Amino acid sequence: MHVHVMAAANLRLNAAPIDYVLIAVYFALVLGIGLMARRSVSNSLDFFLSGRSMPAWVTGLAFMSANLGATEIFGMTANGAEYGLPTVHYYWIGAVPAMVFLGLVMMPFYYGSRVRSVPEFMLRRFGKAAHLVNGISFAVAQVLIAGINLYALATVVNLLLGWPIWLSIVIAAAIVLAYTALGGLSAAIYNEVMQFFVIVAMLLPITFVGLHKVGGWSGLVDKIQHANTNPANNAAAQLSSWPGSNITGIHSSVLSVLGIVFGLGFVLSFGYWTTNFAEVQRALSAKNMSAARRTPLIAAYPKTLIVLAIVIPGMIAALPQIAPELASYKANIIANPNYNGGNVTFNNTIELLIRDLLPNGMLGVAIAGLIAAFMAGMASNVSSFNTVFTYDIWQTYVVKNRPDRYYLSVGRLITIVGCVIAIGTAFIASDYNNIMNYLQSLFAFFNAPLFATFILGMFWKRMTPAAGWVGLVLGTLSAFTIDRLVAYGVIPLSGQGPSFVAAIVAFVVDIVASVIVTMFTQPRPAAELTGLVWSLTPRDELRKAEVGADAAWYRKPMLLGGVVLLLALVLNIVFW
Amino acid sequence: MSELASTKPKASRAASLFDLRWIIALLFGVYGVVVTVMGIGFTTQADLDKAAGINVNLWTGIPMLVVAILFALWAQLRPVQIPAEQPLEDASSES
Repeated sequence: MHVHVMAAANLRLNAAPIDYVLIAVYFALVLGIGLMARRSVSNSLDFFLSGRSMPAWVTGLAFMSANLGATEIFGMTANGAEYGLPTVHYYWIGAVPAMVFLGLVMMPFYYGSRVRSVPEFMLRRFGKAAHLVNGISFAVAQVLIAGINLYALATVVNLLLGWPIWLSIVIAAAIVLAYTALGGLSAAIYNEVMQFFVIVAMLLPITFVGLHKVGGWSGLVDKIQHANTNPANNAAAQLSSWPGSNITGIHSSVLSVLGIVFGLGFVLSFGYWTTNFAEVQRALSAKNMSAARRTPLIAAYPKTLIVLAIVIPGMIAALPQIAPELASYKANIIANPNYNGGNVTFNNTIELLIRDLLPNGMLGVAIAGLIAAFMAGMASNVSSFNTVFTYDIWQTYVVKNRPDRYYLSVGRLITIVGCVIAIGTAFIASDYNNIMNYLQSLFAFFNAPLFATFILGMFWKRMTPAAGWVGLVLGTLSAFTIDRLVAYGVIPLSGQGPSFVAAIVAFVVDIVASVIVTMFTQPRPAAELTGLVWSLTPRDELRKAEVGADAAWYRKPMLLGGVVLLLALVLNIVFW
Repeated sequence: MSELASTKPKASRAASLFDLRWIIALLFGVYGVVVTVMGIGFTTQADLDKAAGINVNLWTGIPMLVVAILFALWAQLRPVQIPAEQPLEDASSES
């Protein structure tokens, strides 16, 4: 999909004074949370990990919300409009199993080892080389992505309210800076939870009103069949989730399913959800082991269900009866993949729905929800960036052994620096109209090998420190090579298939390289690896917190994880 | 629980932090009232036509008020418990 977020005059919404009031109420609460959270920050752990004090429902919803930013809201409604039902794979095959795996298998190592970041886990398991590779690339990726979120936010403000882009960028950055620099991770997390509810309050009315307007589910199916006759991406492909050839760009059904299951489902999603510190940080802020393990499991429930309120509105928006300009764009782009006319693209899906379905009042709530999503996306980038920079780069390699108060000040300062850099990267982003796609791929290149190294390092005690960094570097390079080969047309792939394939290759190369290097280098003594490697960690140490209130049956991680997997499976069958 | 938490002098930090549930109740209380009033008093025929006859503000406003009341009740009935100064075991204070 292409991310053109051009300001088109016909997308201006008729916001009334009451809508501005509702948006203002939201901003007042966001800043209020920042001010109130400041009172609770007295040391660096408070600032970077909320003092490890958060209850599981809060960290769980924040875990889900941290991902509900620009790519999700724009990208997945766009996917729904363009490809239809196969978009659900990003959730039921992709996110949900990975989140369950994180909660059940990996969280005991993260939380139990008391590391403060994902790179710090690399330091404990593989030593300094792997740590530095991971820390620096993560910090760089986060400020780049913060810039993307900031730019997306500014374009929405520009589209909806008519403020100039540069002014929107600066004001939005100032607000995110204000609450993250004041309240640290607590402020970011609390705002993410509030954002979650506002987003739901935006998506549900759009879904229900949209369905009502097209005559319910059967009306939707009927109208899609009527409007999509081009065999290149026909109604049948859009109305059944498997084999999903339209989304992978792989014509063979068998290979398409393999691409979805292994590329998207296993490597890409497991890599993203289990090693991305912007996500894992939310779980590390939980108050105990049980709450940390439940964080991704609790997040998996809304994640499983919200896709319906994202994909269905997307499918509805591309019908001629709802947004004719989007429907004509879709017909044109299916007939000619290089079509570049008209003044809307799939990325305007959510804005078109808001414009065409919601009256003043709900319009204000929906605009607040969109702005909230992008602010929270940027806040999660900034709050994970400042943690990794302060703990993993500054404290470990630059200025060591200072009192905690010093690192708290560094954290606040680097938050400001991060926001200023994000303003810069936002202007870089404004020069590209498909940078989101590009960055998503970069992100996948980085996460797929990281996941391979993690999983191997957790279950294979012999894996050596040298294998740790060599695997990461070679995995990333091989993914990059695949990307270039696709770009120059050597490998014929289109749609979102290239990133699936690149992820699989990076994963395999990382594993093979790690095994070979391990054969020729010296492993660490077993005594140093307790709590970091599965076979060297006593079982009761992994589960020590399930006592007292946490022993309640509905708080058992196994049960929570099993039920949500079942739910995803049932939905997968229903929407086959 | 852990070495880190037990060396912290302020174990009651979780409780000193404000209760997020009241903030959510406040937000949806305000949104619910405004949107419901818009739905009852200020819905035009054009608004209804947009949504094929549904009064969107009214039917969104009422659930928002319900959500606000539920969060307020939850916060009222199960207030955040202040953990003991010496954490016994880490499992005591789910809200």
